Amino acid sequence: MDVISFKGIVFIASALVAVAASVLMATRRNPIHSALWMIVTFFAMAVIYLLLNAQFIAVAQVMVYAGAIMMLILFVIMLVHMEKGEETVPGQARRPKKTKLIAALITVILCGEILLGALFYNMTGRGGEHPAALVDAVGNVKTVGALLYGQYLFPFEIASILLLVGIVGAVVIAKRK
Amino acid sequence: MFEDNFTWLCYFLSGILFTIGAVGAILRRNMIVVFMCIELMLNAVNLVFIAAGGSLSSMDGSVFVFFIMTVAAVEAAVGLAIFVMVFRLQHTINADELNLLKG
Repeated sequence: MDVISFKGIVFIASALVAVAASVLMATRRNPIHSALWMIVTFFAMAVIYLLLNAQFIAVAQVMVYAGAIMMLILFVIMLVHMEKGEETVPGQARRPKKTKLIAALITVILCGEILLGALFYNMTGRGGEHPAALVDAVGNVKTVGALLYGQYLFPFEIASILLLVGIVGAVVIAKRK
Repeated sequence: MFEDNFTWLCYFLSGILFTIGAVGAILRRNMIVVFMCIELMLNAVNLVFIAAGGSLSSMDGSVFVFFIMTVAAVEAAVGLAIFVMVFRLQHTINADELNLLKG
């Protein structure tokens, strides 16, 4: 009973869901199916954020990624008439080129390196000013908000300008002619 | 092994998700799916930020993830507008067929 806690079970389950859904996202031929599996991945990762005591980020993940960005992607898939799946060019082989396969293989080898690092890392240094007990006493959202409007106020304002520029740029690019 | 310490497991999961995203971005042709794979890679990095911030008892990880999400939202809006524009001009968003610059 004490080998694995309830949080451990939830973590393993949501990690498996995230990996499976992302593999399905990367392999489905129909982009709509890819987008829907991507939403499943985002929800599984929101559960993991909750387990890591990051409630604000979990809610933002669901609202920004699973809500806004994926809705935008679904709209664009329908705008460019991809909802029936990728069109195949007749007379052209569908298999990826050899160079691409080699690049993917190298990426997988580098993934092994990351996993080895994750197994044998040794974290050193001084702990920060926000241990979990302290943050839980105040509340996660309140702590993040105090940091955003205090220590990180200037980057926060820059982010708002970036969002404004992004909105204007998207409208200008898409509305030309 | 699993007593409420997920840090290395989170690094593990993040590495796997990042690799899936990178391989998908390399192998797929449809630009929208490539874009979704890039979003998956951003999410994997977010997971590392949260896990490391938690294990170092620091809140800076959450703040950084907030900014990464902002940049990802802007990137999504501008990138998808570019896709719509490319589709209007070329009538395809297949990455292998967009080779006007190839010479």
